[in-house]
Amino acid sequence: MEETVAGPGEAGPAGPETPEANRISHPLRPGRWLAAGATALILAWLAWTIAINPNLHWDIVVKYQLDRVILDGLWVTIQLTVASMAIGVTLGVIVALMQVSDSRILRAGAMAYVWFFRGTPLLVQLIFWFNIALIFPEVGLGVPFGGPKLVTWETNTLVTGFVAALLGLSINEGAYMSEIVRAGLRAVDPGQQEAAAALGMSRMKIMKRVVLPQAMRIIVPPTGNQFISMLKTTSLVSVIAGADLLTVAQRLYLTNFEVIALLIVASIWYLVLTTVASIGQYFLERRFSRGFGATTPGTLRGRIARNLRLTGSAR
Amino acid sequence: MTPPMVQCRSLRKSFGRLEVLRGIDLTIERGRVVCVVGPSGSGKSTLLRCLNHLEEPQAGRVYVDGELIGYSERGGRLRPLPDARLRRQRESIGMVFQRFHLFPHRTALENVMEGLIAVKGVPTGDARQRAADLLDRVGLADRAHHYPAQLSGGQQQRVAIARSLAMSPKLMLFDEPTSALDPELVGEVLDVMKDLAASGMTMIVVTHEMGFAREVGDHLVFMDEGVIVEQGPPREILAAPQHDRTRAFLSKVL
Repeated sequence: MEETVAGPGEAGPAGPETPEANRISHPLRPGRWLAAGATALILAWLAWTIAINPNLHWDIVVKYQLDRVILDGLWVTIQLTVASMAIGVTLGVIVALMQVSDSRILRAGAMAYVWFFRGTPLLVQLIFWFNIALIFPEVGLGVPFGGPKLVTWETNTLVTGFVAALLGLSINEGAYMSEIVRAGLRAVDPGQQEAAAALGMSRMKIMKRVVLPQAMRIIVPPTGNQFISMLKTTSLVSVIAGADLLTVAQRLYLTNFEVIALLIVASIWYLVLTTVASIGQYFLERRFSRGFGATTPGTLRGRIARNLRLTGSAR
Repeated sequence: MTPPMVQCRSLRKSFGRLEVLRGIDLTIERGRVVCVVGPSGSGKSTLLRCLNHLEEPQAGRVYVDGELIGYSERGGRLRPLPDARLRRQRESIGMVFQRFHLFPHRTALENVMEGLIAVKGVPTGDARQRAADLLDRVGLADRAHHYPAQLSGGQQQRVAIARSLAMSPKLMLFDEPTSALDPELVGEVLDVMKDLAASGMTMIVVTHEMGFAREVGDHLVFMDEGVIVEQGPPREILAAPQHDRTRAFLSKVL
């Protein structure tokens, strides 16, 4: 707010006490109106060029938007995202707990994991998992260090494109999530653990009932970002035949040469997914900011309205 | 013969090279209200935190109600107690902190219920009833569904006291319970503590409130540089301190 509040005693030495003289006038802001007008113009022009461009083949876009093959790919993308995030978050919590543990070996193990999987490109990791059979042709259960095996499987039948994608995405995600979770754990006042310990709570219960719920407030927003990012990152698995949204779109345009139209079809679906995820993120944040009134992120409607309002006079 | 409520024997604690407690011997009988005073850095809070083993002493022993805290003794050697046994001991020793440390994600009522549910395994309905009674006892029945952030410091500290009382402790430790409060809120917390003292609770209070020490305290302990310099009935010590260091300290705070 731009108004300055003046107390009744601070009207100034010569301030007349008529209501008219005390009115606060807001200056016009011609620059803001000009910028808003220009922005609206550019947006309209962009929309128009896109709508009338004959090279974009909107009829093809409409035709394929709800195509069976595309929907199958969409379903794989959703499955991959949800499953990789679920495994990634679980791994992240475990590794973060290892990082704050008193045991040096647990801390070192966690550090090595984060160092390796955060330090190499995800694309390389995905190709690696897809070709894992070249290193380990068989996997089995049995006595480690070369002892007898109870059962063995051929790696190639076990690690399909989907499994390789899941392994690559979730293990990579775990490394990033562990850093997010660790930051959340650190943000909780150590006095909370002391108060809980003084009540006689066990370490497990302190973590579960006191520390983690408070850390969630810090953890949820970046995790939402990670989820939205993961929706799009899954498109990387197209290099290992992951059968996801982008892969099926590519397969289609390799046969009918409608490259741009099918990329638009895929992009529209990605936008739909990320929009839905953003709304979910809002409700999660609200849930975990209980007891921290000031940081509650307003109503969903208000937030959308704020972003949509082109010009706000005085906010 | 019943043992005293608290017994410390040559308790020592250091953080790195800094010796914070240099041999504390202290006996506290049942039902007493003991006030511990002294300049900051004298080891008062550390002494209190050793009593429920939030700090692990380097040497010496603490007995609460005749039970050795934090260790088991076998053949003259001390071994750390298993976690579960230590938790049982902590359960019976209430602690109130300077900065309250209420659980911010739970309402006042849920804060008081927390120990009952998570530690004692009381069914939710019973825990709710008992927590409501305790909030009523500290005069906050109408604030049961407020979150800590919506309460004043004095109200938060009263909830914290109720949270400790929910565990039915036999001993209550107060670590500067009014030091973080605005002056006008100190009284309401001290009133709750007076009621508690009148009910016969054994209390150890680290405090700067000399008025409380004189009115409510049965015993005053003056600490400086990790040792107990002087102890005795509060009125006597406050009126006629025997030791130079006590005199110097009291001349600053009275």
